[in-house]
Amino acid sequence: MKRLPLSLLLLLFFIYLGWSVSIRQAVLFAVGIGMGAALSGARFGFTTGWRQLIEQRDPRGVAGQLVLLALASAFSLTLLGQYSELTAALGPPSISLLIGAFVFGLTMQIADGCGSGTLYKAGLGVPLNMGILPLFALGSFLGSVQVNDWLKLGQLEPIGLVTEFGSAQALWLTLAGLVFFGLAARLWVGPGRTWWDRKWLLGAVALAVLAALNLLIAGQPWGVVYGFGLWAAKIVTAAGLFDPTANTFWSQAGNAQRLSEMVLLDITSITNIGILGGALWISARAKSDSQPLTATQWVIGLLAGFLMGYSSRLAFGCNIGAMLSGISTGSIHGWIWVPLAFAGTLLGVRVRRHYKL
Amino acid sequence: MSLSKHKLQLVFWCGLLVFLVWDTTQAPPVDLRNEPPLIAAGSGKASSGGHCAIAK
Repeated sequence: MKRLPLSLLLLLFFIYLGWSVSIRQAVLFAVGIGMGAALSGARFGFTTGWRQLIEQRDPRGVAGQLVLLALASAFSLTLLGQYSELTAALGPPSISLLIGAFVFGLTMQIADGCGSGTLYKAGLGVPLNMGILPLFALGSFLGSVQVNDWLKLGQLEPIGLVTEFGSAQALWLTLAGLVFFGLAARLWVGPGRTWWDRKWLLGAVALAVLAALNLLIAGQPWGVVYGFGLWAAKIVTAAGLFDPTANTFWSQAGNAQRLSEMVLLDITSITNIGILGGALWISARAKSDSQPLTATQWVIGLLAGFLMGYSSRLAFGCNIGAMLSGISTGSIHGWIWVPLAFAGTLLGVRVRRHYKL
Repeated sequence: MSLSKHKLQLVFWCGLLVFLVWDTTQAPPVDLRNEPPLIAAGSGKASSGGHCAIAK
């Protein structure tokens, strides 16, 4: 579709949301469009950045991600210190988190996209990611159904750096942690590498500003996975296949309410739709570079997509909800998520090579 | 871009549209008088939205 009619359609949907749902949701839709345009325009792929670091010792993608994390932390931790209404992405350190993050890191390499990557690539029209999205949603839903059983294996209460140390101290600790990650990457790639790339840096700045806007407007950090699980939960509940009142997670007051009201009122759903729209807008001029896949590659990719959705619930978020939002809002679970997901990715790139994905 | 990819894209977007229309028709109408604040920061109202980091 050409950009002008597409822009008009996006504008019409923005007006519909503002008129019939709420002005906040319309503005969050616009923020989502910006996220989708930034992710796909800059090809800001968390999965690709990690893979390039491991396979080619190319640190540019990871450097872009570190800049994103540093900027988003500076914005978000300051906002959290100023406004008590805003909430951090606090997930519980748990066995569930350890397993979930590892499996997520593994499967995101096979599926060639994390939570945000799957969204923007589906919006760009990449066939595998369009196929993965419904399975990711189903996996996310099943993960949410069973997450309380996983938590029984062992968990701590969520730990927030802002609550423990205040926002200024939390920011210094966060920046120190990011410098540590940067030094570890420097040790791995060795000397003489190019670290900075304009595309990655522009994407990082844009995404950090948009993530902060999400927090400012919605009152909660950017998330992806919850919306997917909600969509699948609505469908299976309407089909009579699931009784939410008999489930610990979905019978919680907030989740039960969101299950009964329209998805356009849900914060993560509306930014997810915006991301798809923003990526579609970019795809109107972007060159398609996806290769046709064999039947085996399709099966492996779709299975990985399902497991990615399931594990993202166990890990209390994906690269966005756990890594970006977790770290930038001072949640310890984000710091645990990164090394576990990276360990999974080390295995995932091998599986990916094996199946020539 | 191949035609089949165009068709896949069409199926994907039609599927999403059908889901949103179905959901909008079966959900109770939005209470426009109880609209959330445009900007949560400074509103005095804590966010009650779902997030993937939250265990409950």
